[in-house]
This record gives sequence, structure tokens and C-alpha cells, in this order.
Amino acid sequence: MPLLQFTEKGIYCKRANVYIDPWKPVDYAIITHAHADHSRWGNKFYLSHHLSKPIIQHRLGQDISIESMQYGESRTVNGVNFSFHPAGHIIGSAQVRVEYKGEVWVASGDYKLEDDGFSTPFEPVKCNVFITECTFGLPVFKWKPQAEVFAEINAWWRKNKAEGKATVLAGYSLGKAQRILQGIDPSIGKVFTHGAIEKTNEIIRNMGVSLNETIYVEPEMKKKDFEGSLIIAPPGALGSSWQKKFPAYEVGMASGWMKVRGTRRRESLDRGFVLSDHADWGGLNTAIKATECQKVIVTHGYTDIFSKWLNNQGIETTVEGTEFEGEMNETAND
Amino acid sequence: MKLQTISSMKDFVQLFEQLDQTTKTNKKVAALKSYFDAADDMDKLWTIAILSHRRPKRSVRTALLREWASEAANLPLWLFEESYHIVGDLAETIALIHPNLESKNDKSLSEWVQFIIDLKPLSDEEQKEKVLWVWNNLNEKERFVFNKLLTGGWRVGLSQKLMTRALAQHAEVEENSLTHRLMGNWRAETTTYHELIESSDPADQYSKPYPFYLAYALEGEPQNLGDVSEWQAEWKWDGIRGQIIIRNNELFVWSRGEELMTDKFPEFQELVEALPNGTVLDGEIIPFKDGKPLNFATMQTRISRKNVSKAILKSAPIVMIVYDILEFEGKDLRETPMKERRQVLERMVKKQKSGTLMLSKVLELDSWNKLIEVRTTSRENNAEGLMLKRKDSTYKIGRKKGDWWKWKVDPLTIDAVMIYAMRGHGRRANLYTDYTFAVWDGEKLVPFAKAYSGLTDKEIKRVDAFVKKNTVDKFGPVRSVSPELVFEVAFEGIAKSSRHKSGVALRFPRIHRWREDKPAAEANTKEDLMRMLDDFG
Repeated sequence: MPLLQFTEKGIYCKRANVYIDPWKPVDYAIITHAHADHSRWGNKFYLSHHLSKPIIQHRLGQDISIESMQYGESRTVNGVNFSFHPAGHIIGSAQVRVEYKGEVWVASGDYKLEDDGFSTPFEPVKCNVFITECTFGLPVFKWKPQAEVFAEINAWWRKNKAEGKATVLAGYSLGKAQRILQGIDPSIGKVFTHGAIEKTNEIIRNMGVSLNETIYVEPEMKKKDFEGSLIIAPPGALGSSWQKKFPAYEVGMASGWMKVRGTRRRESLDRGFVLSDHADWGGLNTAIKATECQKVIVTHGYTDIFSKWLNNQGIETTVEGTEFEGEMNETAND
Repeated sequence: MKLQTISSMKDFVQLFEQLDQTTKTNKKVAALKSYFDAADDMDKLWTIAILSHRRPKRSVRTALLREWASEAANLPLWLFEESYHIVGDLAETIALIHPNLESKNDKSLSEWVQFIIDLKPLSDEEQKEKVLWVWNNLNEKERFVFNKLLTGGWRVGLSQKLMTRALAQHAEVEENSLTHRLMGNWRAETTTYHELIESSDPADQYSKPYPFYLAYALEGEPQNLGDVSEWQAEWKWDGIRGQIIIRNNELFVWSRGEELMTDKFPEFQELVEALPNGTVLDGEIIPFKDGKPLNFATMQTRISRKNVSKAILKSAPIVMIVYDILEFEGKDLRETPMKERRQVLERMVKKQKSGTLMLSKVLELDSWNKLIEVRTTSRENNAEGLMLKRKDSTYKIGRKKGDWWKWKVDPLTIDAVMIYAMRGHGRRANLYTDYTFAVWDGEKLVPFAKAYSGLTDKEIKRVDAFVKKNTVDKFGPVRSVSPELVFEVAFEGIAKSSRHKSGVALRFPRIHRWREDKPAAEANTKEDLMRMLDDFG
């Protein structure tokens, strides 16, 4: 019996009767991170990282049964040892290491290798079997260091400000928005946030994690309040009536999909910035090698192509279907 | 003589980025104008050439480029091909996949173009050495632009109209006259900026077509056009819009896409004798035999042939159905009202003896209701609808609302079940957007059409989610899905085909709407398709 198997409910450890990131309700769910496609509604018990817990409670209700632990801390269920290790994807994101009698599997959830200055940086975990995403598992996806990307964003914001315009930058509410907030140069001007982002910021600040200053966009604000400012919004707010309250503005989006000209153009943006919380091609390959694993299981992204590549490289790889949405939600969830 | 500074390809790369980064036409025109203001004449000329699809001929085979790119990136060719399929653009895929390096580029745009032209006579090995040298000396953005120049298919999201507007502002030349100057078969290799744009009486203009006047589609009722007596109605033919020019005892045939097609239509050579010099005609070129037009597929086979054989001249002879005259005895008639142009045209066509010109018939039109009735018979007449033209209208430049309207018949439609989906590329790289549709043949579903347009972005996302959750099988990039979703597929025509499983080939199939109200069992059948073939094929 494999230590972890893929069932219609999720990634399942039969020996412990525990699921990792299940997509259907189960008794015991270990959660890699607080994004909606990984921490779903309806489980009887949740185990997450400390920094994911308040976010999950906010999304799923304060009455859920949830416990949390640190990176490096572990918990044993029926002889199977489960521990969390930094995944570097968003705040609180963890790889789940599963060990039974010396056999080690790692379910990595979503991850990236670059230190974004906000999430705890990714740490490779040696294992026998590595379960990985491959949202950007194509060699065309290569990220630049984020310092270069933020220099581009700052220059764009400064230019817009000089022209008397506001700057609207889209990134999803949990993860990308805070990464942008901490990465930009706050001396350029005021930073406003959409309600969905401000709510997430509030939860994060309440955990004792400090964030740069933000102002929530309130209905009674006047157009001129926003002149020269940066407004961080979730992708879903673009093109909605919410934007009507702003003066002349330019719109940009920060996402890994912005690497491809076609997706950049589809969104009708003024600017697209290549900034992703997922590993790029080099990152995926580096991460897999660092685990020294004998087997890889790819779950979501360009799975057919990436698994063929790994098999050609002599790394035994299979594909398992999941309901993770790294691919489906595209810009909204990368 | 003005002193010119040498401009750099970096300026062109920056221009391209600016054009690419905005959807606002004003910004695009402004960016292009300020580029023209700073660029030297050689670079300006090449920029105009590139933006009007007159790039240098491809000098390197793309199969080689793919090989070199995957080799240089140390990746297997299949992985390059998969990436290319998803990115949807060869130049971009190569630019992205190549190891990124600092730019050491210091050439101007025209020097780069010359570099590309000079590759042509070289051996594969020599080409490879030069191209790899370039890739290693340019940064990602420059590499993309270089590859675009090398491979063609340049779509910058800037119409020729906007380019002309920016150039008119820069050169201080009137826009319409500039449009005319930019028509025809000039090449940047053989002209200069001064000759093309600034000189007052260019000597080699006699082959140049006039800019075509393009009709808008009529939406709503024709009654809104006012008094029926002010209008002329004709059949709208489904052929190739063209201009026939007879000047200096020479014939030139131009397509609307500004392609010189004289050699494709040797039938028209006799017009050099049959028509007076200084004649320019506007009409529809169609294959025509035994007193009726042949279908568009016949035309396409004819055009795709490099050499027009005797057999094909016999099986698909062409004629031009002429509906306008733009120049008569060397005089530009475009400002003359259409009803007067029509009289000149009728006299001329009746006088000449060639069998390759047919006058476009003016349809009896005493009331709008009569016309509405006539339109419903379009398909039986092998026409795709009607053209409505205001009798006192002048011949305008480009697409202008008001005087010319096309009024096509409603498309044929059929409700079909989606059975396969393929990932899109380019703009839709990460979504399943290309679908194959089937109709019922008893218990079986028979595929009959592929379509990839017609849904909104929101609908595409929902269908994409359905595909990912309901995949039955995968074959390379194609997924077969459980047959549940029904779509109304619209098309312009239907013809018998032995190459298709269903036995029919459709013209312009696209998705009309998603029939969320219809279960798969209620989709149309193969019998329904066959009935359409009998009625309209």
C-alpha cells in the first residue's frame, strides 16, 4: 500500500486516515496553505500552519475545528509522522512531509523558490516520493529576480504619478497583494487597497505580522484623493463599477501568466508584470532535484508535458488528477 | 538636405513595446509619431514597410530556427514544439526559451533588416552561426523583435489606418493622399523614404490601386436608411474583391488585401486590348461556369496553385463581376456620384467584347419590403446577401459608415454537441478554447465542424472548467469530453466533401451561442445536415 494515494476526495494517507488538501469533506484534513482550492469547506478537523489558521477561520467560519503548528513541528497519527516545512508560496504555506517507518513522501502544495521577503522561504525536504504542482512547467516560464520587477513597477507608478494619474495594480488578495505591498517603494505615494485585500491585511496584521501602511478605498472618497496613488486590487475587481470612483488611471497586473504576450493582451492591460508565487521552469527542476526523490507525482499545471520531460530525464514520474486550480483560475489564482 | 542622425533598433523595440502595452489608439498614434520624429529615413522607411506587411522575404527556414533554438537552450525538440504550441508564436517562443543575456546590440533597424536579407544566400551552417550570434547578443525583447523580422507574421495591433495617421502627422502630408501613396507593390529595398512619401510626382505610380471603399454591415432594418429611391441594390458575391487596372498597356489585378494577383488570373490579360488605357475597375472576382458562379472552395484551390494550369483554367474559369469604375480615360472618377459612374461603367462594359467582365446586376427596388423578400433568395442565387449603395455617393477611402452597406443573409445554424476540446494558444494559452462539434447519427455522434470563436471570455472560462473536469481521454493536446454541452454552430455555406467524416464541409463555422437550455439528446442529426446540403449545397 502506498503511503499516500489519490482518491476522489483528495490526497489520502490510509494508514492514518488523514487527507492533505481534500476537495471533498473528510474527518481529518491537513492543509498546505489558505488558498480556497487547497483549504475547502466541510472538513470535521483541520490542521494547518499557525499563520494559515486565522485566514482559514475567517474564510470557513470561527466555529470550525482547527489546530495549527510551526514549521519543523510534527504530529503523529497512528504511527505516521506529519510535519510542516516552508513552501515559500504565500504566508504560512507549507509542504507536508509524511513519514512511516523510514519511508518519506512530501506533498508540496504550491511553492516557489525565490525569497519574496515576506513568506518564509522554501526549504527542500529530502524524500522518496515528491508530489509537485507544475503550473508553470514549461521552459518559456523563467522569472526575473523580484527586485528587477519591483524596479519596473516603481518606475511605472512614478511615471503615472508625474502625469497626474492613479495606478491600479491587480494581484490576488492573499499572497500577491501583500508581496506587492512589501515590495514597492512606499515613498512614492499613498497606497490604497480594495476591500477584499484590506480584510486579508487586517487578519495578517492581527497575527502580529507588520505590513506597510495601506488605506482602504471607501465609497465616500473623492476622485482627487486617489491622484498619484497606487491602488492594489484583486483581478476580479478590474473592469467592475468599483473602478469608476478613480480619476484617470493606468491598469497593470502582476502574474506569471504575464510572461506570455498573448495572455497579457487578452486582459487589455496597460502593463503586465511577470511576478508569480509559483516556481518557474528552473525552480521546479531545482526543487525536484534537491529532494533526491526516486519518484515524482505531478498534480496540476502542464502535467503531461512536464511529466514527459522528467521521465526523459530519468526521473520516474506519474500524473494524478486533483481539483487544485492553479491552472484553471489562471490570473486570479497564480 | 536635412542632417540625419542614425537611429537604433532599440528605439524600434521601445516603439513596439509602447504599441503593445496600450489598447488606446491615441497613445499608439502618439508613440508612432514621436518614433517617426526621431528616426532616420532608412529606419522610417523600413518601419512603414514592416507595419504595412512588406517585410523582407523570409530568409531562413523556420524548421531550422526551431532546431537551433532547442539545441541552444539544451532542450529536446518535442519540448520546444509543445512550448510553441502553447505560446502560439514562434518568434516569442524562441525569445523566451533562449538563455537570457545582456544586450550588446548597437545596430539600427535598417541594418538589422539588411542583416536578415543577407542571410538568404548562405548555407544552413553559415546561417546558424549568424543567427545564434544574434540570439546571444540581444536581450529577450530585442530577440523577440529580431525573430519577428526574421519570421514575419507581425501583428502589432496597429492598423494601417493608424500607421498612416501617425505618418501623416509626422510628414505633414494629407492622410488620404498618403493612403494612396502607400498602396501598391513598392518595396523598401527599391525605394527611398523621400520617393515614397515626399516627392511630388512619383514616376512609378501607374501600377498603384486606389484605396478600396469598404462597406459596413447593416444592422437593424433597411427602412432606417431613408427613402428607397436613393439606393441601389446588388447581389453580394462571395469571391475576391479586386481592382483591375489598365494603364500604359499593362494589366494589374489587385486584391483588397493589396496583393498583386495579376499572374493568378491570366484570363484578364485580354482586357489590355479590350479596355482603353487609364481604366480602373472595382468588382468581385469569382469562378464562373455555365452561367453561374462556382463555390468559394473552387476559388481557393485556384488561388493556392503557384502555376495556373490549363486544366484549372478550364475547370474554374474566373470572371470579374464589376460594380464600379474609379478611373476612366486616365481621370479619377471617385468624386463623381455613383449613378454617373454607373453610366460610364455600363457603357464601357457593354462596348467591350471580353467574356471576363460581367456587369453587376442592379436589382429592382421599389420598396424596402420587396428588398427584404429578395434577400431571402440570396442563397439560391449563389450570393451571400445584398449590397446597398447610395446613388449619389462618392467613392470613399477605407471603411466609412453611411453610403455603402453589406447586408448578408442570416447564417445557417445547427445545434451540435461538443465532443473534443483543444487548448488555445497565444491569447488563450491556458484555456481550452478550440472545440469539435458533432451531430447524432443514430446512437453515434459524428464530428462535422471545428470552431473556436463566438463565446465571451466568461463563457470560455466556464467551458474550460467543464473540459478539465469531464475529460474522458487525452490524445496529445486534444481531450475528448463527455458529450453534454450543446452549442448553436453558425456557418455561411455547406458543401459536399469526401475528406470529412461527416461528408460535408462548412464555410466559416463559428459558435453562435451556448444552448444551456438544451440537453445533448436534443441536438441536431446528420439527417438535418444532409437536408441542408440538399437545399443549399
